[in-house]
This record gives sequence, C-alpha cells and structure tokens, in this order.
Amino acid sequence: MQIHIPDNPQYRELKEYIKKEKGKKGPLIKVLHKAQDIFGYLPKEVQYFVAKELNVNLSDVYGVVTFYNFFSTTPKGKNEINVCLGTACYVRGADKVLSMLEEELNIGNGETTEDNLFTLNTARCFGACGLAPAVMINEEVYGHVDRKKIKKMLAEYKGKEE
Amino acid sequence: MAGVPKLDVLICGGASCISNHSHDIKDTIHEELKKKGIEEDVRVIETGCMGPCELGPVMLVYPDKVFYQRLKPEDIGNIVENHFIKGRPVEEKILVSETTRAIIEKEQEDADFFKKQTKIVLSNCGRIDPENIEEYITENGYAAIGKILTSSNPDEVVETIKKSGLRGRGGGGFPTGRKWEFVKNAENDQKYVVCNADEGDPGAFMDRSVLEGDPHCIIEGMSIAAYAVGANKGYVYIRAEYPLAITRLEHALEQAREYGFLGENIFETGFSFDIEIRIGAGAFVCGEETALISSIEGGRGNPRPRPPFPAISGLWGKPTLLNNVETYANIRHIILNGWEWFSSIGTETSKGTKVFALSGKIKNTGLIEVPMGTTLRELIFDIGGGVPDGKKFKAVQLGGPSGGCVPEEYLDTPIDYETLIELGAMMGSGGVIVMDEDTCMVNTARFFLDFTKSESCGKCVPCRVGLVKLYDMLDKIVKGNGELEDLDKLESLCYSVKKTSLCGLGQTAPNPVLSTLKYFKNEYLEHIQDHTCRAKVCADLVTYTIIPEACRSCGICAKNCPVDCITGSKGVPYVINQDVCISCGTCYDVCPFDSIIKE
Amino acid sequence: MNLEELRKLREKGQREMMQRSDNAKYRIVVGMGTSGIAAGAREVLTTFIEEINSRKIKDVVVMQTGEKGYSSKEPVVEVFVHEEKEPVVYGNINPEKAKRIVTEHIVGGVIVEDYQVVFGD
Repeated sequence: MQIHIPDNPQYRELKEYIKKEKGKKGPLIKVLHKAQDIFGYLPKEVQYFVAKELNVNLSDVYGVVTFYNFFSTTPKGKNEINVCLGTACYVRGADKVLSMLEEELNIGNGETTEDNLFTLNTARCFGACGLAPAVMINEEVYGHVDRKKIKKMLAEYKGKEE
Repeated sequence: MAGVPKLDVLICGGASCISNHSHDIKDTIHEELKKKGIEEDVRVIETGCMGPCELGPVMLVYPDKVFYQRLKPEDIGNIVENHFIKGRPVEEKILVSETTRAIIEKEQEDADFFKKQTKIVLSNCGRIDPENIEEYITENGYAAIGKILTSSNPDEVVETIKKSGLRGRGGGGFPTGRKWEFVKNAENDQKYVVCNADEGDPGAFMDRSVLEGDPHCIIEGMSIAAYAVGANKGYVYIRAEYPLAITRLEHALEQAREYGFLGENIFETGFSFDIEIRIGAGAFVCGEETALISSIEGGRGNPRPRPPFPAISGLWGKPTLLNNVETYANIRHIILNGWEWFSSIGTETSKGTKVFALSGKIKNTGLIEVPMGTTLRELIFDIGGGVPDGKKFKAVQLGGPSGGCVPEEYLDTPIDYETLIELGAMMGSGGVIVMDEDTCMVNTARFFLDFTKSESCGKCVPCRVGLVKLYDMLDKIVKGNGELEDLDKLESLCYSVKKTSLCGLGQTAPNPVLSTLKYFKNEYLEHIQDHTCRAKVCADLVTYTIIPEACRSCGICAKNCPVDCITGSKGVPYVINQDVCISCGTCYDVCPFDSIIKE
Repeated sequence: MNLEELRKLREKGQREMMQRSDNAKYRIVVGMGTSGIAAGAREVLTTFIEEINSRKIKDVVVMQTGEKGYSSKEPVVEVFVHEEKEPVVYGNINPEKAKRIVTEHIVGGVIVEDYQVVFGD
C-alpha cells in the first residue's frame, strides 16, 4: 500500500516524537496518544505513518487503535463532551443527562455538531462519583449536572468562540 | 424489609455502667421494642465510656439529644412508650446540666463520620500539598525506604509484608507478601514492579485521590517493593481519564529524582530504581493483570491464560510484581509502624483498613477509610448519613461490574474479603454505590451487562457471546417481553459464562445478574408477569399522564417534549399522546406544578 | 541523599511548619482534587488569593491540598488558626462565600457557621 504523507509541521512534530520514543520499550500506545493530540484523531494516513516510522505492522497499529475507546478514527469537534455512564452517575440519572445533551446539541451519541464545536461521547467513570451525574468537557469535570447547568456549560464554550 | 431507624439510642458500655447493669437496660429495651413492634425504628448502639460514671447506667437518645441517667430496667417500658413512640421524653429520668450538655456536644463532635474512620492510606490526602515533596518528607516521607535500604535485607522486607497480613486492594485480595515472595524467588537478571492505577470500576475513585493527593507514597511503596523483589524498573499504568492524577504523579517523579529518591545509588546504598508512567487508553479489561501487561507493552489489552503468572513471566516475559495503588500506599506505614501494628487492625482474615468510595443515593458521598470488619450499615448509615430525601434504602452495590447487590438484611455483616464473596458481591476496589427505592434492580443488572459486554475484549467465546446473550435476555425483561422460563435460562447461562471465561472480566461479569436474581427475584417476576416496574424506571413499563385539574397550561412540558407528543393551549389542560410518547420522563421533570403522574 | 540528609530535611520542614503557624495567624487550605476542581475549587482558590492581596492582609497563607474525601461538600476549605490544632472546615464554598469567610473569619475572627461542615445532615 502506498499512501502519500504530506510534509507538514504536524507530521514533522510526530516524527520528532517517534524518534525520541522509538528506542524505548513498547512505545506504540504512547505514540498514538501523541498523534491524536496533534491531529485530533487517527486517520488511515496517520496510522500508516506511525507503522512505518515505528517499524511495526499496519495491522498491529489498526488493532490497537480500534481496541481502545480513547482512540478515534473519525474527526472530533473542537470540544469533546464525555458523559459519564459509570454506576454512580447512572443511579443519579446519567442517561437523562445524555439525552438532554443530545437535545441541546441536536446530535446523537458519538456525533459532532455541524459547526464542529462539540463531539458528544460517553465514558466509563472518571472518578467524580461523589458529584454524580458528571460530565467532562475536554479535561474539565463538571459535577451535579442538570439541564440548567448544561445550558450554562455549552454557552460558556460557545462564548469562547466569539 | 426494615427501614431507616428514626432514633439512635446510645447506651454507655463503659466498665462502670456495665457493672451497674447497663446490659440489662439494653436487653430490656430490645424486649420492649419487640413487644411494640418498633424494632426497625430504633437502633440501639453500645458506646464506649461517656464519662459520668457516677450517673450510670446512662443513655443518650438521638436525634432528640436527650440524656437519661441512673436507669433501671423498670424505667424502660415507660421511656419506650412515651418517648420512643409518642415523642415525649420522660422528664424525671433526664439530666440537664453542664456535664450532660458537654457530653452531648462532645458526642456530636466525634460524630460517627470521624469516629468510625481510621486513616492510613488517606492519612496525607487532603493534608499536605501534593506538589511539594518537602511536605511529604516532613510527614516522615521516604523514611521507610531509607530505613529498609540501610538496615534490612530483601528477605526481611518480604517477611514483614507477609506477617502484616496485607492483601491486594485491587479486587481479588491475594496476600501481598506471598506475591512479593514469588517475584523475589523468580530467578532473572531483569525484573519489573508495576502499579495498577487503571481504576476502572465505575464508582471507585480512591486510587485517583491517592495519586492526586499523596503521589509520593506510591513512589515510596513501589521503591520498597522493588528492593524486596530485586527490580530496578517500575511502571505506573494509569488511566487516561485521570489527567490531574497523571500531572501530579509526573511532577512527583521529577521531584523524587531531583532529591535522589529515584535513580542511581539511592541513599548511597547502591540500589537503583526508576519509574515510568504509561497511560491507558480507555479499556476496562486492562485492569486485569495480563491485559495490563500487554497494554504496557504497547499492544491490545488482551488477557492471556495463567499460568504462567506475571510473577514468573510478566512484562516482556520477565518476572513482574503487580500491585494496585492502595496496596502500595499501605507499604510505607507497615515498614514504619511494624507488621504487628498493621495486623492488629481488621478481622481474622483481612487486615488493615479499606478505603471505600461512597456514592449513589447517599447523603455524604465521598471517600472514607475504615478498619476491615466494619459493617455495611456503619458505612452507609453512620458514616454515609443514609439515603437522602426521605427515600427508602433498597440495596448497595459493591465491587463494581464484578460485584453484586446486597439488600438491607445483610447490612450488619462485617466487611472483609470472605464475607462479601459469601454475599455474592466482592471487595473489588471498594466502590460502594447505594440504591434507593427509585432504582430498578433488573435495569441495574442490564446496566452492568451493557458495560461488561462492550468492555469484553472479544478473545474468548463465553465472554464475547455469553454477555451479549445475557444482555439481550435482560433487555427483553426490562422491555416487558420477558417470559418466566427466561429466568432459568438467565441463571444457567450466568454459571456457564462464569465457569468458562478466560479472565476475571468474564468470570465475574454475571455476578450483578446472579445477585439481583437471588435477592430481588420479585422485581424480575413483576416485570415478567405484571409488566410493572416498581421503581418506575423501565420506560416501556411506565406511562406519564397529565392530571387535567392540576395542569396550569403553562406549556413547559410541550416545549421540552423531544417527540412533540404533548398538545394543549392556554386555559386548556395539556394532554400526552400515549401512542407517540417514548416515556422519557422529561415532562415529568420539567413540570413546575407537579401536575404529571408517573405510573 | 542519605539518611542524615533526609533527617535534616524533615526537621527543617517541621521547623518551617512551626514557623509558618507562628508567623501566619491563619492558614487557608483549599482541596484541589478532581472533585474539588470540578465543583469550582480553582475559582475559590483564586478568590482567596485575590481577596487577601487586595485587602493587604499580612498574616495569612493560602495553600492547596488533595482530596479529603468529602465529595458532597466540595469545594472544601479548611482554615487553620495558628494556636489551634484542628481546622475549621467549610463546605460547598464558592467565590462569594470565600469573600465572606475572608471578611468575617479572617478579618473579623468569627467563624462563619453557615458554611461549616456538619456531617450527618
């Protein structure tokens, strides 16, 4: 398979990182974390590039990418919203929080809004069970989420754009 | 099923009161309560000495804060009748004085929340600045590793841990010292020490708190382990969902290197050790040790059959010691205070303390640390404050997706590894999720299977296919299409999956189904035979109706309805079109006048 | 690093802690674990620092720590008064409440009972 890899700053950054990690043991997941940081997701080209640079099979890279929930092969919005579906959140109505977000954003679970601002996903417990139901936007955790709070949170991120 | 007690009666069990026959008072109270049939409303607790021995036997009644003195068995009938039932304290036996006021205040200060806790693992959490190594050092930090490097050989360290009785805090409860011994005895020039910080059980967050609040204690615990087993390299496998914990641990590692607690020639003894962080990528199965190892190696987190155990052939085929965060957090305390101290805490089979994460329908959500052997009731009601909003307790879920739901009648069981297994739950990592009358147990079982089926790695058939089948059956019941014979099928498939799955995930995934079938079979039967869900959770078995008399025609319900099935206009009550309604409950939640009923 | 150096470091730390409580009349400690931050601890910490600075209060230090475990009371703030061992624990604090704590407790010397953490209710 021949895939054209453009020579741009993103790939150069990844290449540098791989060079640093290559000598260490078991670098694949670390490298994929970095690649997703840089590109936002892991398209075929990036997987191919990682495989080539690390000297591993493309099938191994693909196998790892599809095994772990954190890696995504489709582009994500600017802000990733993760609704916790852990037990404590579930007992405190996480499913409702998810449907409220689906309504507010007018997208389904796993989808991205048209303006590319939000991607809606679910996650397994981020350990903020004492504040259930909890929602994580990027790396920020929000607790005791209800409709009012959702509107406020979303407005906050929309506001950042303007 | 018993409800939440309305009164707490504290009877002094100090030596003086006992010699004044306080036990007779206690027995009489029990008899009277039984006679009146109010045993469930009053909880009788024997306390330590309250102080005013000359007034004994004494008794304190909460929440009324009434202090009775010089009690005789013949007073009790009167007190139960007038105070406990009619709410009129018996004045002539009450003592009001400066002393009693002070006792009541003191009792409150030592509120159960604190009284029943023993902090070892969490001793530094919330006390020191986790980003400042010198604060950790001030709290005797790195003294334990210093001590053993300069005065003990590895055999002695392993012996100390063995004698302490410490068992793995990550789930299974394997004796930690024996694990260390296996790795120590494995002959190889390269060994590894790994910390499992992939706290995947929903409802557990003690490891996160320790990593965020006291990261150096993990570094020290791992260093001690490395010295004991003969390793020079360690890994912390931490989940990506914990960004703050990762940052704090990275910072702590840098500081430890800077101060010479990691690296070459630690404490000028020739011992070398360093730790690297590996970040997970969101796969529950990676909490299983062989899957975790495969993930650190950079591959898919697929478990493999054991033996060989990681102690013999682990990371890159080398002998590997794997313990979880809370286990490592105990180590330095055992070294500093001695195994005798540690093994004096807890029960016969389970020593030390356990950190529990209280969440769900409970007033004081949060982290607590109690000695092994504390009862579930103490955990949930005395420390956790019970169920909020006047709701009734239904069950407590322990051990995450591998655990089970325990009903009220078993709450007085002292918690240790063995008793929880007997109840069909397990210690797991210590998530305690309280469920009240608004939780449907069938739906809960389905929730857990939804979790485990999507987290199954797919390697072995029983887990990959069996869990989906279990989920489908539960889904059928939740939707009101279940048949009686499904229950037998459900149960037998549970046992097949348990017996034949490759790793812990599949072997324990049926537990939530089995425990709910055991303790809450009624709810399954109601879903199947009566098509009702008593908790009113299962959408297909619940209908929402607007009471015309109560409706103020504000239209908020219609505006929020996701399927636009509510119609009405000003002055005319709104109506839900049941054919279109998806029973999502939004209207019920948003109605400002409580005009909608759920049945 | 050897044992002797560790001992010195520990003693230095202990001395500094003594000094800290001698010099500073109040120590305000904000719980900054994930739960605390999710509940707004970062804003609370900044508010304390801003308030202390803008009012030019001298004998107070503001510090962070991890989680104490009182999730339902987050953000949790502890105020240590130097001659007393046990802190006053405040729960569910927000920037507004933080300001009131500075005014009434730090400046006025009166505990804000409304915000004090009481377990079991």
